[in-house]
Amino acid sequence: MNEPHTAFRTGAPIVVGLLILVLWEGACRAWHVPAYLFPMPSAIAGALVREWPVLLRALGTTLLITLQAFAIAVVLGTLIAFVFVQSKVIEASFFPYAVLLQVTPVVAIAPLIIILVKNTSLSLTICAAVVAIFPVISNTTIGLHSVDPGLLSYFRMNKATRLETLLRLRIPSALPFFLAGLRIASGLALIGAVVAEFVAGTGGRSAGLAYQILQAGFQLDIPLMFAALFLIALSGVLLYLLMVALNNALLGHWHESTLREEL
Amino acid sequence: MTGATGPAVVELRGADKVFSNGMRGLAPIDLCVQPGEFVTLIGPSGCGKSTLLKLIANLIAPTSGELGWWGEGFERVGQPGHQIAFVFQEPTLMPWSRVDTNVRLPLDLDHVSKEQAAPRVDAALANVNLTGFRRHYPRQLSGGMRMRVSIARALVTDPDLLLMDEPFGALDEFTRNRLDDDLLRLSFERKLTTIFVTHSLYEAVFLSTRVIVMAANPGRVFAEFRVDEPEPRGDDFRTSARFAELSRELSKILHAASVAGGAEA
Repeated sequence: MNEPHTAFRTGAPIVVGLLILVLWEGACRAWHVPAYLFPMPSAIAGALVREWPVLLRALGTTLLITLQAFAIAVVLGTLIAFVFVQSKVIEASFFPYAVLLQVTPVVAIAPLIIILVKNTSLSLTICAAVVAIFPVISNTTIGLHSVDPGLLSYFRMNKATRLETLLRLRIPSALPFFLAGLRIASGLALIGAVVAEFVAGTGGRSAGLAYQILQAGFQLDIPLMFAALFLIALSGVLLYLLMVALNNALLGHWHESTLREEL
Repeated sequence: MTGATGPAVVELRGADKVFSNGMRGLAPIDLCVQPGEFVTLIGPSGCGKSTLLKLIANLIAPTSGELGWWGEGFERVGQPGHQIAFVFQEPTLMPWSRVDTNVRLPLDLDHVSKEQAAPRVDAALANVNLTGFRRHYPRQLSGGMRMRVSIARALVTDPDLLLMDEPFGALDEFTRNRLDDDLLRLSFERKLTTIFVTHSLYEAVFLSTRVIVMAANPGRVFAEFRVDEPEPRGDDFRTSARFAELSRELSKILHAASVAGGAEA
């Protein structure tokens, strides 16, 4: 039951993707759409190959900032969540500020951060981390609270210490929520990194993919623009798949979210 | 019957419970449970049978009155000869842990070494016929099997007093009867003292040496009912005329209790 199911889940989106590419290419050729308006896939692939060294370096920059921001968001977000669940007072006092951080668009605060922090790479990382941290905080907080009350009584009755309850009960209970938070945060870190770079507009050797898109726009090199866009999208998908793999590795044995449908 | 050799396992003297919202959950109750007794608490909803069990488990404190365990305070509970195990309505297992780890939990929390715990876990699993499922996760088991894991987790501590809060209420009748058989066999073999909350009068008759019938508004002991049937009991007892007779008697008392408590159903 499992084999064809998995094959279908991977195969079907690929077939759809190929079909769209073929139609896209065909339509552009049939109606002679100029490349500066809407390039066809073959032109984008050409740009990808032609500008590969530049694009690769830009991809490396963007990914580095994304991963740094993601790491900061995960570590800091988890720590904050642990502090939040220590007391209702702390959580009630500080949670609104976490929300404030979330609802303020990164585009609006990015210029401020870029001015305050001299190091460009660091300022971009901070911007992206600000975007990515909220789902980690909120999911982990909810997770640490979501403990089966029966099990909690059971631990209390057996005179479990606070640390034992945390390690054996609260953390495993929180894990599915935490991992769902990571999945969202990984995507947001990438978005944050790209948006912050748009705002910063940094060029030079440390230019990321967003700068390539800006530059390509100025030069009306639309196929290059699409090539950079393609790399961003690809990075996002890969990050997502990585998070799904982590989720399955950690929860595969027991959690409902990893249960496959019995056909 | 069960000769009172030592102090009562549990004794309540005028223990009552008024909830924080002012509602009176339990009127002052006097109750004395002797070693080896199987006491069932039964009564309509709201009669405070679960509250009474929680008092006995020290999960909640009485508003006034006194409780004693083996003639002493709760501090001594947990030491050898003073071990209490509680089985909830739900299996309350850790879904991320395998069956054997779940059963070992109370020993882990008591800092028993893995080597010392292993044979005890094996014995507890054998007791509930789950030896072949030790490496399974709870989600791979049926409802009845999960409940048996929960019972194994209670037995592994070698309890002297077993408290059960409607443990088989969510199971179908067939599974429930099987588990009742197992429970009775175990409590007979191990000379357990058990206090058992149930909704089912047949279960109460089948299991108990003594049934405490409770009434609501406020929660109180309405009547006591003894079942003088020697152990071991089995399907022969369940299908006997005596069982039917006892069930009818208990049914009458239960009806009177629900009228006295002003219950609508």
